[in-house]
Order: sequence, then C-alpha cells, then structure tokens
Amino acid sequence: MTAWVFAEEIEGSPSEGSLELLSKARSHGDVTVFYVGDGSDASWTTLGNHGATKVYHLDPGDSLPSAPAAASLADLLESDGGEVVLFGAGNTDRDVAGRLAARLGKPLVAGAIDIDATDGISVTSEILGGTKAVATAITAASPALVATRPKAFAAEAVGGSAPEVVSVPVPDVGRSGAVIVERHVEASVGPDLEAAAVVVSGGRGLGSAEGFEMVDELARLLEGAVGGTRAVVDAGWVPYSYQVGQTGKTVKPNVYIACAISGAMQHVVGMKGSSTIIAINKDPDAPIFAIADLGIVGDVHTVVPQLIGALKERA
Amino acid sequence: MNIAVCVKQIPDPAALYELDSENHWVIRPNDQVLDDTDRFGIEIGLQLAEESEGTVTLFSMGPSGSLQGIRQALAMGADKAVLIDDEILKGSDALTTAQILSAAIAKEGFDLVVAGMESTDGYTGTVPQMMSEILDVPCLSFARNVEVEDGNVTIERQTASGYEVVSAKLPALLAVTAGVVEPRYPTFKGIMQAKSKPVDTLTASDLGVEPHIGQTISSVTDVEARASGTVIEDEGEAYLKIVETLEQAKVI
Ligand SMILES: Cc1cc2nc3c(=O)[nH]c(=O)nc-3n(C[C@H](O)[C@H](O)[C@H](O)COP(=O)(O)OP(=O)(O)OC[C@H]3O[C@@H](n4cnc5c(N)ncnc54)[C@H](O)[C@@H]3O)c2cc1C
Ligand SMILES: Nc1ncnc2c1ncn2[C@@H]1O[C@H](COP(=O)(O)O)[C@@H](O)[C@H]1O
Repeated sequence: MTAWVFAEEIEGSPSEGSLELLSKARSHGDVTVFYVGDGSDASWTTLGNHGATKVYHLDPGDSLPSAPAAASLADLLESDGGEVVLFGAGNTDRDVAGRLAARLGKPLVAGAIDIDATDGISVTSEILGGTKAVATAITAASPALVATRPKAFAAEAVGGSAPEVVSVPVPDVGRSGAVIVERHVEASVGPDLEAAAVVVSGGRGLGSAEGFEMVDELARLLEGAVGGTRAVVDAGWVPYSYQVGQTGKTVKPNVYIACAISGAMQHVVGMKGSSTIIAINKDPDAPIFAIADLGIVGDVHTVVPQLIGALKERA
Repeated sequence: MNIAVCVKQIPDPAALYELDSENHWVIRPNDQVLDDTDRFGIEIGLQLAEESEGTVTLFSMGPSGSLQGIRQALAMGADKAVLIDDEILKGSDALTTAQILSAAIAKEGFDLVVAGMESTDGYTGTVPQMMSEILDVPCLSFARNVEVEDGNVTIERQTASGYEVVSAKLPALLAVTAGVVEPRYPTFKGIMQAKSKPVDTLTASDLGVEPHIGQTISSVTDVEARASGTVIEDEGEAYLKIVETLEQAKVI
C-alpha cells in the first residue's frame, strides 16, 4: 500500500517531524511525500535517505500554505490513490490536515502515537493528558487521515536512493487565500529544545522574569536547553518557542529538570517521555512529583542557586 | 462587523473526567463551565466588535444543560448565542462538529469567525481549520495581535521558531492561542444582562447536516503511569541529591 507523508520545510530542511513520520510510513510500503517549501537537492536527498520514493513539491512562495496545500493534496490523492496520509504536529501540518479532511469529507484522527494497518487501519492515540490510550478503527473509505503526536516515532536514515521529484503548480484558492507579509525568527540561545540531552524548564513559581535567570544559568552549565510552561510564556518571561506541553513542544531529553512547575496534565504530556525527571517544588502535593524520578520539596530560590554553585565548583 | 465566536461548554476541568464505559464518551454533567481557552476568543471578538460597532454572536454545539457556561460567555458582553443541541450529535467527531458550526454560522451571516486553537477536553485542534475550508475563508491560525482595517485582517501567527505576519481579506477565520489578550471579567451588570440575552437552539436537521460516522472507538485503556521515584524534603542539602542524579544520568 502507499502511505503519504506531509512535510513542511523549516529553515531549509524537511521538518524533523516529517522525518519521524517517514520511519513509520515506510514500514507500510512505498512512501510519497507532499513537500511544502522552497525545496532543494539537499532536501530531496534527506527525504530519500529516510525512505521517500516520490516527492510532490509545492512552493507556495508568500502565500499562507494551508489552503493551497490542502487543495493540491486533495487532487493528487484522488489521481494517485494512497491509503493513509500522515501529518505531524506542526502548526502548518495541523492547518493542512484540517482543511484537507473537510475538503475530502473524511474523518481525521489526531494525537496518534501508533498506526496499525494489518486489518484495516487502526490508530492509537492518547487522551486526557496521556493517561488513556484510545484505539480508533477508521471505517471511512481511504485515504485515512492521521495527525500524530511529536516524537511518536524515531527519525532514522536508511540510505534510500534519491526520490522522483514532481513539481506541482500552486492552485488558485480564491477567497481562502492569505499572504505572509513578514517572517520573524526569535533568536534562542543554546541547543535546540527538541533535540537537547538536558532540558531545564521553569514555571510560574519562579516569580518573575528575573527569577527565570537562574534557569538560564543552570541550563548553560549543563549545556542544556531552556523550556517553560505556558504560564511563563503567557506572562512574557520567555518566548512562545520555549513552551513545553500539549500546545508547545514535546521533549524527550536524558534529563528534564522542572523548576517550580506544578505538573499540569497539559505540561506533562510534553515531557513525560524524558529518561530522568527531576522536580523542585515547594508544594509536597504538586502533581509533578507523581512522575519525577527525583523530587525535591523545597524552594527554588534556595535549591537552584546551591546546585549552580556546586556545578560551578566542579567545572 | 458581524463576529461569530465558537465556544464550548465543558465539564469543570478541576474535576476528574469520566468516560462512559459503553461508548467511551466523556460524561457531561448538567452544569458545565465555559472552556477557559474560549475566553481569549471572546475577548478578541468583543474588542473588534467595539472598534467597529459590530455584534458578537456565540456558537456552541453540545448538550445545553443548565446553560451555565453560555451565560458566563454572554456575561462577558457577547450579544446572543446560537446553540446546536441534538441527541444524534452525541459523540460527533471533529468534522461533524465543524460542519454543524459552519452551517449555523453561514445561516446567521458573518464577517469574521473566531475560535480557540484547542479545546480543553477535545483538543483535536482541527475544528477551526475544518470550518475555514467549509466556509471557504482563510484560516488565520495560532493568531495573536489581531488588527482589522479596511476589510483586511492582519495577525501575527506563531511558528515553531518565531512568528510571521499574515494578512487576508474578510471574511476570514481566526484561531487564537491562549494568553494573547487578558480576557475581561464579567461585571455584575453583565451577569444580570446575560440572563435575558437571546439564546436560540437548533437541531442538526434545522441545518440540513447529517452526522457521518467514519471512525469507531474500539477500546480505551489506561496508559501505564510512569513510576514515581524518590521525593525528599530539602533540609539544606537536597541539591547534592540532584548532583548525584545528574552523575548517574551521565550528563555531568
Ligand atoms: C488547552 C490547554 C492547553 C495547554 N497547553 C499547555 C502547554 O502546552 N504547556 C504548559 O506548560 N501548559 C499548558 N496549559 C496550561 C496548564 O494547564 C497549566 O496552567 C500550566 O502548565 C501551569 O504552569 P506552571 O506550572 O508554571 O504554573 P502553576 O500551575 O501556577 O504552578 C507553579 C508551581 O510553582 C510552585 N512554587 C511556587 N513558588 C515556589 C518556590 N519558591 N519554590 C518552588 N516551587 C514554587 C507552586 O507550588 C506551583 O506548583 C494548557 C492549558 C489548556 C487549557
Ligand atoms: N462543540 C463545539 N462548539 C463550539 N465550538 C467548538 C466546539 N468544538 C470545538 N469548537 C471550537 O474549536 C476550537 C478548537 O477545538 P478542538 O478542535 O476541539 O480542539 C475551540 O476552542 C472552539 O472555539
């Protein structure tokens, strides 16, 4: 059977999420990628390496990609067939998946962590903060549309050959169109949050943007990345790109240090896959302790500076 | 400007959600609350309506119950509400929800639709995008800093690495993230007025939409919880335990 994978270009390369999906998709047979972005030979090589056999390339230029991508993908799926289309959890992934589902009149299963195609298509997803697993059988005629959780599968290069690349025209979407007028990249310091071996995150209990500085310092000492809860992003202490959780990034580092974070289900779902979780919170009943390997009931303003001091001494 | 805001009544998130053992749907009590995420959409809708001397109409699908959540939204200042409450819509998927809401909004007429990015209980985060396709309007998702001028709407759209400025012609749909504005608290006057604001109720057949079934839940199981480790009270030396754990994890 043929599986399709949606891939958005991020900073010149296929998104990490799309490479994760390719690992899963190629276990089902041939893989066609629908690629949105400038495109380059390097991108095609990367996609081929991860198992793509064919690539449809749409370059929307300054148009907001969601409507043209959904229209183009709908046409291609009709002419080429394809039993399942996989989307990641990126913002554009979600926009295109939603529009495509409505266009095709097909259900879209979101939050998937696994897909089984042995007997029809069955999708496993997690709900209620990852406490329950739901198995959903897709009964509608193909293609089955599935949007996955980040890091549900591990990206892995298999050294496939270069895929066939077909450039597709940008369809006219009439009044559904929108234009991207400016693009801004918020500079973040240190390693990439989603790839770092150590993540140090701060929550509202740090008290202020100044209080957050010790999180930065601790992360620097551990050569880790800095994350935050939605509460601190909403408060403007750190940019949105730092947010870990259901509506932010999903991280799976070796070590996750949660400083003054309560452990709300929407935060936990984005970090519970970390190998070792260390939590510091002054409330002994904070839910974060239920998932921590090491929990310290104490004041961040005492414990974190002591830890920083000890690490500096070792350096 | 005619502004449609999609809002959801949900079981109080402070209480544990229970699933019906037979059909796996979330059990919905009679008293539901306004989904907190929707307060941001309502606030943006109200601000834009105030600038343009427009109106804000709420759209909500689901069991009406005591209307507590809808009254909370009306108390913030929305003008009226349209509810779609129908037994056959129980357990609807995102697409049916989007079809129903779109049909109700189209029937009423609109310049701008505002929705949240993700509901607290459903969080498929795809209903707004589906509505935009059905209504054939641009989907300005992950929106913050919204401005409407001369029939154009411009937003900042959050991206993985920053944001982009996106512009489109009205009519359009906005899906807003939480934290973009400070939702207002209802005033006493607002709460009193909310009791007499119009609330229309429609069924699926009033809208000519038939729910379709393209997926069935075959099982719901508990995910094995992560085993909790050691919790210690800091008496001045707890940081040494952290150093030890970091050593064991070989990151120092
Ligand atoms: C639809 C939806 C999506 C969401 N998505 C996300 C998401 O992606 N990511 C996310 O993080 N949240 C998300 N949230 C929000 C989430 O529900 C919580 O509100 C948020 O995670 C709480 O952040 P916090 O832990 O920083 O703050 P709080 O819950 O306020 O916790 C602060 C903690 O700090 C502790 N503390 C205070 N002072 C000290 C001190 N001196 N020393 C030590 N500890 C101290 C307190 O005991 C408390 O436990 C979402 C919510 C909804 C409804
Ligand atoms: N049943 C519903 N009634 C009204 N609005 C809804 C409903 N379901 C979803 N929405 C809107 O769509 C947004 C995203 O919801 P969801 O796709 O369920 O995560 C919500 O914040 C609401 O604005």
